[in-house]
Amino acid sequence: MDTLTTPARLSARERQRRVTRGGGPRSVPAPLFVPALVAVAFLVLPLVGLIVRAPWGQLWPILRGSDVSQALRLSLWTSTAATGISLLIGVPLAWVLARTVFPGQRLLRALVTLPLVLPPVVGGVALLLAFGRNGFVGRYLDSWFGVTIPFSPVAVVMAETFVAMPFLIVAVEGALRSADQGLEAAAATLGASRMTVFRRVTMPLIAPSLGAGAVLCWARALGEFGATITFAGSFPGRTETMPIAVYYALETNPDAAIALSLVLLLVSVVVLVTLRDRWLRGGLSQ
Amino acid sequence: MRRTAVTILSVGLVATALAGCGSSSSGGSGSTAGAGSSSSASPSLSGSITVFAAASLTEAFNQIGTQFEAAHPGVKVTFSYAASSALATQITAGAPADVFASASTKNMDQVVTAGYLSNPTTFVKNVMEIAVPPSNPAGVASVADLARPTVKVALCQPQVPCGATAAKVFTNANITVKPVTLEPDVKSVLSKVELGEVDAGVVYVTDVKAAGAKVTGVPIPADFNASTSYPIAALAKSGNADAAAAFVAYVLSPAGESLLTAAGFEQP
Repeated sequence: MDTLTTPARLSARERQRRVTRGGGPRSVPAPLFVPALVAVAFLVLPLVGLIVRAPWGQLWPILRGSDVSQALRLSLWTSTAATGISLLIGVPLAWVLARTVFPGQRLLRALVTLPLVLPPVVGGVALLLAFGRNGFVGRYLDSWFGVTIPFSPVAVVMAETFVAMPFLIVAVEGALRSADQGLEAAAATLGASRMTVFRRVTMPLIAPSLGAGAVLCWARALGEFGATITFAGSFPGRTETMPIAVYYALETNPDAAIALSLVLLLVSVVVLVTLRDRWLRGGLSQ
Repeated sequence: MRRTAVTILSVGLVATALAGCGSSSSGGSGSTAGAGSSSSASPSLSGSITVFAAASLTEAFNQIGTQFEAAHPGVKVTFSYAASSALATQITAGAPADVFASASTKNMDQVVTAGYLSNPTTFVKNVMEIAVPPSNPAGVASVADLARPTVKVALCQPQVPCGATAAKVFTNANITVKPVTLEPDVKSVLSKVELGEVDAGVVYVTDVKAAGAKVTGVPIPADFNASTSYPIAALAKSGNADAAAAFVAYVLSPAGESLLTAAGFEQP
């Protein structure tokens, strides 16, 4: 169905709805409606519970309190740093995976996207065993440079990058694969070097997906718990991120836990609204 | 071909779900220990109980659980070990427990105030010790060494009994310790020390003993040391009140006390 074949007697809005959603009966069959309703209830009720139980009256004083605001600030800058690093090293990797062919490429792609399915705490243990003071890389950092990574904000950024970078790599690789390579070829025939093509043609071409991937990466880094608490430990102001603060606040100060949870919920909603159609509709490869 | 695949997948999912349901419900009828004829003349208990116990009780309670199941074939005991503060929060949020053994009276009082149990009995006491990796990389020899800025120290979160008791030790010794991490329970502190990621951790003497050769203990002098009392009680809403009461009685009995003393706990 397209705008040419929808009857003119319908309102403009109805015509547009039919063009985008298609014609056919508007009602949902009962065997689909009831499970769908259950799914909605299951997903929405916990969020409603959070909003209903929130200490709205004291929200602002709680959020300004020193331990809560420390966790907020730490989470914000570490997840931004993690996203920055992911852009710096993840985009080139995505380009290599999408635009080149070499033996073992499929295995490499599986390995670099492993953190997407790996339980985060397993990622934390792995980071500890690799970069910890006795880790097989960390021990040289310690003995040669006197640098230990665990229990520092650097460890927080590393843990968040580990779990969040694959999101960016997947998004960018998908976008590169479906981008129009004819434009890049045209630029090359006009005399552009490969790096110029990359900078001035490829990047602007995939900018929307790159942005969506970066937002997703940032949100994932913000919410990371298992890898951070295992590799970086937890100390207020230094390594206690928002999710960890929520976890411990439940035992000592439930109102603060709910307030922090609301902030994270708000951030998640903003992320989803920002991504909107890109995330829910055509996938990240638009 | 596709319909066959879908059918196989749905059958597989349903089978997995049923297997999951099946194994949890058959937990109670699982263990019928061999030494049936030598069991005591107590009325035969059956079913299963869940014991929420402080992390520091792990090894001792595992042994007590094995002996209890041997003495009462037909009862299955499941343990859930975590920080007492976390367990108290879980119980007051409705977690299904039959017995609660806490590492401090403060967390037990939390549960009593919420009305989930009454009349706890203190069964042991524990004191603190410094645990260091076997090579003692920072050369920690006393409590005062923990205040050195180059020494990486792991402590428990302040609301957890081991963290609160360690704070008392530091007050007694008049030092300020800046840890690199505050762990959720005492066993997490111990594992950071075992992994060599920190130079020292303040744990209980029972934890140093249980870790054996994996850590070295640096004792804390008695005038600095602080202790914490462990109460135990059966929950009022227990689904298996008889077995729960029997387990508490076993812990308080000479058999239970000797196991606990062997693990390094002190008499209350």
